[in-house]
Parts: sequence; C-alpha cells; structure tokens
Amino acid sequence: MDFTLTKSQKEIQKAVRDFVKGEFDKDMGLDLEKERAYPAEVLAAACDLGFIGIHFPEKYAGADMGLFENCLIGEELCRKDSTLGLALMLTGYGAECILRFGNEAQKEKYLPVVADGKAFSAAAFLEAGQGFDLRTVQTTARKEADGWVISGAKSLVLNGGKAGFYVVLCRTDDAAPGPDGRMSMFVVDAGLPGISCRDAGRRMSCNMLPAADVTFDSVKVGADALLGSEGKGFSQVNAYFNELRVVLAALAVGIAQGAYEKALDYIKQREQFGKKLVEFHITWHKVAAMATQIECARTLAYRAAWIFDQGRLDAGLAAMAKMTAAKTAVAVAYEAIQLYGGYGFMTEYEVEHFYRDAKFIDLFCGAVGVQKDVIAETIVGKIK
Amino acid sequence: MDILHYTEAHEAFRKRLRAFCEKEIIPHVEEWEANHIVPKSTWKAMGREGFLCTNAPAEYGGHGLDFLYSVIVAEELARTNHTGLAAPLHSDIVVPYIVSYGSEEIKKKYIPGCTSGDIITAVAMTEPDAGSDVAAMTTIAVEDGDEVVLNGSKTFITNGINADLVVVAAKDPAVENPHQAVSLYIVEDGTPGFTRGRHLEKMGFHSQDTAELFFTNCRIPRKNLLGEKNMGFVMLMEKLQQERLICAVMAQFAVEIMVEAVVGYCKSTKDTTGKPYSKHQAINFQLVEMMTEAHIGRVFMEKLVADHMEGKNVVRETCMAKYWHTDLTQTISNQVLDLIGEEATAERSLILRGWRDLRVLPIFAGTNEIMKLVVGKMSGL
Repeated sequence: MDFTLTKSQKEIQKAVRDFVKGEFDKDMGLDLEKERAYPAEVLAAACDLGFIGIHFPEKYAGADMGLFENCLIGEELCRKDSTLGLALMLTGYGAECILRFGNEAQKEKYLPVVADGKAFSAAAFLEAGQGFDLRTVQTTARKEADGWVISGAKSLVLNGGKAGFYVVLCRTDDAAPGPDGRMSMFVVDAGLPGISCRDAGRRMSCNMLPAADVTFDSVKVGADALLGSEGKGFSQVNAYFNELRVVLAALAVGIAQGAYEKALDYIKQREQFGKKLVEFHITWHKVAAMATQIECARTLAYRAAWIFDQGRLDAGLAAMAKMTAAKTAVAVAYEAIQLYGGYGFMTEYEVEHFYRDAKFIDLFCGAVGVQKDVIAETIVGKIK
Repeated sequence: MDILHYTEAHEAFRKRLRAFCEKEIIPHVEEWEANHIVPKSTWKAMGREGFLCTNAPAEYGGHGLDFLYSVIVAEELARTNHTGLAAPLHSDIVVPYIVSYGSEEIKKKYIPGCTSGDIITAVAMTEPDAGSDVAAMTTIAVEDGDEVVLNGSKTFITNGINADLVVVAAKDPAVENPHQAVSLYIVEDGTPGFTRGRHLEKMGFHSQDTAELFFTNCRIPRKNLLGEKNMGFVMLMEKLQQERLICAVMAQFAVEIMVEAVVGYCKSTKDTTGKPYSKHQAINFQLVEMMTEAHIGRVFMEKLVADHMEGKNVVRETCMAKYWHTDLTQTISNQVLDLIGEEATAERSLILRGWRDLRVLPIFAGTNEIMKLVVGKMSGL
C-alpha cells in the first residue's frame, strides 16, 4: 500500500499552490462575494492552466486525469480561499452527467466550453418543498414525434440564470413501478424559449455564483437532448452524486485545512493573559482534535477518489467521505472562529466564511441524514 | 409546580409586546438587516410603549417591574428573527450600571431617557488587544481638574453607531495592578474627542450596528464617573450574574424557536409515499432528542431566573448556563439546518439567519472558554 502522491500529482498540487498565491486576493474575494460578482479573470487563468475539467478527456479540453487529480485541485483552491475555491470548482456543476452519460455529440458540444471557462453548467434536480427526495420530481418531459417537451419548476439551481445549459431531471414515464424507469435526464440549452429564471437571492455561501428558480414552460427540445438512457435518469443522478460527493469531500478537506492553518497562525501571535493562545493547554487539545479530524477526512476522501478512479463505484464510501469531510470542515472552521474570538465573527478575518462555506458543503447534495440513508442502503438495504 | 410565576399582568404585557413586534418590528426586519442598523425611531417606539428599562426603578423614571418582564422582552424579541434591536443589552446589561453606580444626578439625568428610548446605551469594554483578557485594556483615563481625559479605542461595541450614551471602561495609568486600575465612565454622544470607527461587517447580527469607538483627548466631566474610582473590576464582577443570565435566556429562547420551526418543517414535509419526515424514525428520534435538550435548558434557565430574582448569588451557575446554553444554540441550529437540507442554504429560508446570528453567542459577553475558567476557579478546581 502506498499513500504517497505520484510525481504528476505533486506537480499539480504545486501548480495550484503557485496559482492561488498569485491569483487569489483576500479583498477581491470578500468584495466579489458581497457584490455577488464572479472572478471571471481568475477563472480564465485557472482554465488556461487546465485546472477546470482536468478529469475530462483531452479531446474535450481536459487532461485525461482522474477524479483524484480533480480533487487535489479543489482541495488546494479551497484551502487558500474557500469562497473563491468553490466559485471556481462549481462552475461545472452537473457537467459530469455529460462526461459519464453523454453521447459523442453532447460531449463535444458541452464539455470543452466548461473546461475553457466559456460556459457554466447547472444541474437542475431539486424542486421546492421536497427536501432532498428526488423520487418526488414533478417536472415532466413529454415525448413528441421530433423530441420532447419539458414542463416544470426547479428550485435553487446553482448557476441558474448564468449557465449555458441545464442538466434536467424529468419524469418521462408515470406508469413505471419505481423511480428507476420513471425518470430521464436531459441537457437543455439555456437560451431555449420557455426557460425563465428568477434569482433565488443571497445564500449562506457561493454568492459569486448565481442561483435561481428555473421554470421550464413547455420547452421544446430535440430528441438529441436526452442524456444517457430513457428511463435511467434516477440511477444516472445517483451515479453522478457518487462522483460529486467525492469532489465535495475534497473541497471540504481543503476548507478544513485552510481554516485550521489560519487558526494556527492566529494562536501563535495572539496574546491574552500574558501568553500566546498557543501556550494554553485547552488550545493544545483543540488543535489536536482539529488535526485528527482533518487527517481522518482526508484519508477517507482520498480513498474514495482512488476507488472511483479504479472504476469501482462505491456509493457508500463516497457518502461516508462527503459526510465526514463536511462535518470536519464545519467543526474545524467552527473552532477556528472560536479561537479568533470576536474577530472570528468579523468578515474581514475570513474564518467566518470558511465556516459558512463548510456548512454549505455539509448541506449541498444531501445533508447528513441523506448520506446516512445512502450508506445504510449499501450495507443493509439489500437485506430487507 | 411552575418555577416561574407569570401573572396576568405579565401575560398582558407579553401580549402587548407581541402585537408591537408584529406591527413595528417584523415587517421592517429585512430592511434593517440590509441597512445594518435599526432606526432610532423604533427604539423610541419601544420606549413609548413601555418595553425598555422595565426593571429600572420607578423613582428614577424606569418601570420598576420585576425581572420576569426582562425575560419576556428577550423571548418576544427572539421571535422577531433579528438581533439589531438589542433592548436586553440596553435595559438589562448597560442601564443597570447607571442604576447601581450612578450618582443621584446621573440617574435623574439619564434613566428617564433610557426608558423612553431617547437615549440608546452601549458598554465599551473590549479592545483590539483586550478581549477575553479585560485587564489588558489600554484605554486610559487621566483626571485634569474637574474633567477626565479619555484616550484609547474600543471594538465590537454593540449599539456602537446608535449609542447616545456609552459606559466606558478605562484605566488609571498611575495604578500598576490592572485589577485596581479600572474605572467606569459615562460618555455622551457628541463629546469632542469621541468618534466612531467602522461599522463592522459580520457573519450575522446584520441589523446590529456593531462598531469601533475611539476616544482621543476626550474630555468628560469628572462627575461622569460611575461608582468609586478604580473600582471598575468589582462593579463589572457584580453585574456579571445578570449579564450572563441574559445571554443564557436569549440562547434558550433561540433554541426553543429553532426546535419549534424544525418540528413544524418535518411534520409538514412529506416523502413520496406521503409520509411526513417527522415519522421517519431516525428523524423522529433526533427531534425527540432536540426537544429534550430544549426542555432541560428551559428548566435550568428558569431555576436560575428564579434564584436571581430571589437575590441569590448564582454567578457560578450563570457562567455554566452562559456556556451550556450558547453551546446548545450551536448544536441545535446546525442540526436544524441539516434536517432542512439544501433549502436552508438560501437566505430566503429565514432559519439560516438564526444559524448565522447565533454563532456569536459562544463568543460575546465572555467567551465560553472564559466561562469555564471562571466556573473552575469558583469551584476550587
């Protein structure tokens, strides 16, 4: 067993570290998040270096790398600045649905524009008032002679309003006995008539990216809009989530590491009661707990990414990694705020946005209850 | 047997206040959150209706009511889902310094205005390099004839922008022992040399005008001294009990409101089969655990309020409560968000504001680490 990164992985890691040193700026990050504006130039620079879609094949403007390399990039970006990191890593939200299930024409059309930063993608899955239960999706796609007609409303779609295209989960067969068979996935160009977006307003995190409620009002799409197989939408969504959860785990590890390093710097210089915070025994134990949690989360996240790249889909492990890493990021960033004291609550000291970003990952793509359901399903779901 | 005895008069007061909040506060909260401040006119309306300084003595213009009225104000304000109108801080933390330590002249001069809402108060203790370590403060007060000259800066001051009157802690540079060097002074808005710094941006408390305050050769009359000179630490210690109790009370109500909201959400949100989330067993158990913790918190808090009202010394227990209750706001608010999931990431799901606002509770009014330090010392550990 070898836990060391390969030479090329180390090079990627170093390249990202150099990149964030040059491109990430604290005030820029705080301002953009406040103004809900996007760091377009930083994204362009990241795309030039191949950081976005590194796991896409070369012919689609990727680098033929694995999910592991994509995770390394996300971790390092979020470590330096969790908000900027998420803004870069989530521009391609939903693109893996095309990467994994799309046909040649769809991949050619949609993947290079994401990798080059020319278009954002958006996954339009959730609907209002339904929690995270995707089996309750009400949006329909009705089959016609020359394609499909999509009708329905999706809620809180990240990148909604800005994305070049949407990956939409729709009901296509109400008669099917289970969720599998009932749903299909479509890729829909954002400019089509009948699509309207209403801004969903500010969120706890990721305000550099827009979010919108997206309505599809009898949107006509061609037969070529079907993504993957008809009736396989639900299992495709779940497969996509398995992959996304591994990436989210890596982002959470980066967020935790970044908050932890900020806290370490702070406790070494802040003095109260005539000594540095780092000299207090309770600080030692806080640091020990933070470091241990991060180590656990990273090990799990890396293993989940490695397994994925081995071609062994493990939904339980991906969910464990996402849940553990997100909870770690929340706990570590929480403790970082506590160590900063009053400054921790102040925006300009940054740890508070690490905490908000951590909680966002914790809730995104299924909060802890959903992850536990997924994990248990893989263990005891087959027994019942 | 009830621990606290709310009379019909208390309930009538609560009813009036709740109606006031629904009409004068809740419709404006979004605007105040965006403006990062509550207009002074709302403070005045609170005062006009008798909701400020309920506990201050009637002979000086307060309402002379028992502490339960303060508890009611804290609870009803917690239900408005914003923190800008920091009436509990004003009425039950700052004004008591004036009530207990102000001279006759000071009390007569200021308490009526504090009660009417014409005077909004703040307390300035924390400094950039003196947070938990209050004794490390560097703001100095030097007597010069009939005046005192203040120099220094304070930070994270609640009501900092709105404040018409600030209770400032400052040191006598001639005294070496920091614990015997601190005095408390009253500084009025508009005093030359008293300026406000930035309106600080925060994770939460967006409607709260937290600010930096600067004192540069700020001359105030010597009679603005509260209590005895260099006895500031003793006064701060004496007022600790109520200050920390108020924090625990606010935290407890926040927990109850959060639990109530998530129970409602889980009962009304249904899965594909039409079964509400609250009937999913693991969620059901989690809700039960949250309700149990909220109940334990309620009993602990009410007992402390009763003891406090009887005049008992429960400093140690209120420090326990400040840390325990404010920590509970964190575990509960995080679980509440977890149960709601992705929808709770949007500000339009109003529960998110609670989560953002509550994060400061384990930090302000003495961090929870300081609470444990105090409890440990008082317990002979």
